[in-house]
Amino acid sequence: MKKGIEVSIAASEAAKLARVEAIAAYPITPQTHIVEHLSDIVANGELDAVYVTVESEHSAMSACIGTSAAGARTFTSTSAQGLELMHEILFIASALRLPIVMAVANRALSAPLSIWNDHSDVMAARDCGWIQLFCENGQEVVDTIIMAFRIAEDHRVLLPVMVNLDGFQLSHVVEPIDFPDQKDVDKFLPDYKPLYTLHPDRPLTMGAYATPELYTEAKFAQEQAIINSLPVIKEILSEYSKKFKRKYNILETYNFEKSDTVFIAMGSVNENIMTAIDTLKKDKKSCGLVKVRLFRPFPDAELAALLEKKKNVIVIDRAMPAGGMNGPVYNEVAALLRRYNIKANLFNYIVGLGGRDVLPEDFISVYDEVVKAKKGKSKEKTNYKVIGVRA
Amino acid sequence: MLEIRFHGRGGQGAVTSVELFAISAIAEGKYAQGFPSFGPERRGAPVMAFLRISEKPVRIRSKIYSPDVVVILDPSLVDVANPVSGLKKGGIVVINTSKPHEEFSEKFRGFKVAVVDAYKIAKEEMGVNIVNTTMLGALIRATDAIKLKSIEEPVRERFGRIAEKNINALKRAYKETSIKEL
Repeated sequence: MKKGIEVSIAASEAAKLARVEAIAAYPITPQTHIVEHLSDIVANGELDAVYVTVESEHSAMSACIGTSAAGARTFTSTSAQGLELMHEILFIASALRLPIVMAVANRALSAPLSIWNDHSDVMAARDCGWIQLFCENGQEVVDTIIMAFRIAEDHRVLLPVMVNLDGFQLSHVVEPIDFPDQKDVDKFLPDYKPLYTLHPDRPLTMGAYATPELYTEAKFAQEQAIINSLPVIKEILSEYSKKFKRKYNILETYNFEKSDTVFIAMGSVNENIMTAIDTLKKDKKSCGLVKVRLFRPFPDAELAALLEKKKNVIVIDRAMPAGGMNGPVYNEVAALLRRYNIKANLFNYIVGLGGRDVLPEDFISVYDEVVKAKKGKSKEKTNYKVIGVRA
Repeated sequence: MLEIRFHGRGGQGAVTSVELFAISAIAEGKYAQGFPSFGPERRGAPVMAFLRISEKPVRIRSKIYSPDVVVILDPSLVDVANPVSGLKKGGIVVINTSKPHEEFSEKFRGFKVAVVDAYKIAKEEMGVNIVNTTMLGALIRATDAIKLKSIEEPVRERFGRIAEKNINALKRAYKETSIKEL
């Protein structure tokens, strides 16, 4: 039975269904409703957890490291500048292999000050060693938070997970969501069994000093861990899909098989792209979509298998390259086309910065522009385009 | 899909209106989306809120630029906010006003106009001039988008002990709304 609920509240309810034991968070728009609701349900006894109120996001993530290292199932949430204030600590959480789950209500970075949605916050934190999942709608937010704990705490993984949901675009929308039953969640997500914990009776050191003789090996081992998490993530998504009858995979396609031209995108913008594809269909134009749900570790082999025979690949980015050649998602796709020797023409569009609406019509124009592009022209030299920008 | 845009002033509760309406539609088994015009809203400033209702899953994430219906919570917005901007041909305007339809024959020409004196109803039924729930009655009357009964439970859940007064105001607005094509 679907319930009409604000996605932020639903996200905190998902953390409750996951029976989180510790939360440390600092409020920031548009994440605020998530942590407010958690604070409410901890205070009124609905959720048996420790809620650590802190004075900044730097402290929030530091406290999360403490509670997670002590063996508690730990949750937090942030946005934008809050995520960047945590930045230093994010690396420590992943290197200590602590299975913290964090919901990031994605928001643009200042300056200029913008409280609205894009992916510049998470893209600035993309190389922190965290697993990163992206959600398309409120239902996916709820399901992904529950799956995230199972992934993070799997002994073959033991890494922190970021669950990305578009700020406002998702976080502040009331929409229909189906909540799984507590007993089914309990079965799917048993208690966290840490390998090592901090305890006064059993002293140990986490994140000790590494001389040049050891640092490379430590980082190499960490890299192996995140790469090796990919098959486990697939397995857990597939198990969740079977148990809860909602289909999840690290990549999902829409109108894909027969389309020569395909979009690649992440997050809630995928809904607008699907609507654009449906409209194109009515005009006898066939366009496909790959939704990237898992960005770290990047599912290169799986994506390559999908793109192998495609003619035009349009990568949608929601962050500026900051002096790089292209947007961050494009860079991953460009590297994989080279590695797997795929000949598709590649295009990069940057859209929806700082909360600007990108309508289905915009994606229809992009499709038309791409299929009309002159054959033989070297597409590798085409730079990215920013939709709707007034130069 | 029915797209509805609310025009109110910060503090009037336009966001609560769309949330309650969306929750009610979802409880009826429909698909719906209700959300604010995102941003730091200030008390008294013109604000918008958005509502989509559909028999199929809603697959769009954007503000509403060409609504089927606009709801105007404060009559003074007619002159300052152009609330009918983008309203579809033959669309519906639901307005809180003490004036008759004819007053709007210039501004709302070609639209179906539903008038209701929501300030009066809210004051008499609840003792306050907050019209967000009252106007839901008018909206249901003008659109039949949900059943009048469906809104009661969500209003009770949201307002607790003052819910019944809100429901009375809403039901009275449903009865007193007068609709005319201009």
